[in-house]
Amino acid sequence: MHVRIQEADFDVGSELTALRRADPRIGALASFVGLVRDVSGGSGVSEMHLEHYPGMTDKALAAIVGEALQRWSLLDVLVIHRVGRLLPTDQIVLVAVAAAHRAEAFSACAFIMDYLKTRAPFWKRELTPEGARWVEAREADDRAAERWQQPGG
Amino acid sequence: MLTILYFASVRERVGRAAEELALPVGVADVAGLLRHLGQRGGAWEGLARIANLRCAVNQQMVALDSPIGDGDEVAFFPPVTGG
Repeated sequence: MHVRIQEADFDVGSELTALRRADPRIGALASFVGLVRDVSGGSGVSEMHLEHYPGMTDKALAAIVGEALQRWSLLDVLVIHRVGRLLPTDQIVLVAVAAAHRAEAFSACAFIMDYLKTRAPFWKRELTPEGARWVEAREADDRAAERWQQPGG
Repeated sequence: MLTILYFASVRERVGRAAEELALPVGVADVAGLLRHLGQRGGAWEGLARIANLRCAVNQQMVALDSPIGDGDEVAFFPPVTGG
């Protein structure tokens, strides 16, 4: 299990290659990459700044990954989240989950992203033609995270 | 002594990122600390009324009625928006 918080960009190809090559039992590798869009709430976004809570961020992500490892039979998990100044089309986050079979890998990848969006202490501030503004949390993200607490979730 | 941290829009609202504060007499939980900070007036009065204010004690997200004690690190922030 690997969690990294960094300003630098990451190369998805080399990260996934390193993850899958480490264990020949891996039969499925699911990944998600979150990107900066150039539009938000009807306004153009020229750049974004990602703030976090150093110290807590690593712990929160490790706890989320730990819960995924308890729920599913996984072989490895990688989470990389960037902070600092980002531009449209930049990569923000990578979640990669390795398992023997795809069902576990797909589910755990979605679970980690849903929990990351509601429990990991990151905040986005975006620059628009109307000025800089903090991104508001979305109710849809709360609902997405809640579905994992339903029976059978 | 408490370490209190403020993040994102909450930090901008109170104009401060961090402070050290002797545990105020009679304050036993996060809600009590918010009431104490509100006595400073100005932007501090509105702190407890921020919709969906989130809190962490010792880097764990907790509810506002959670206990706090001497030596704790308490952080206030808006709902998270990473990913």
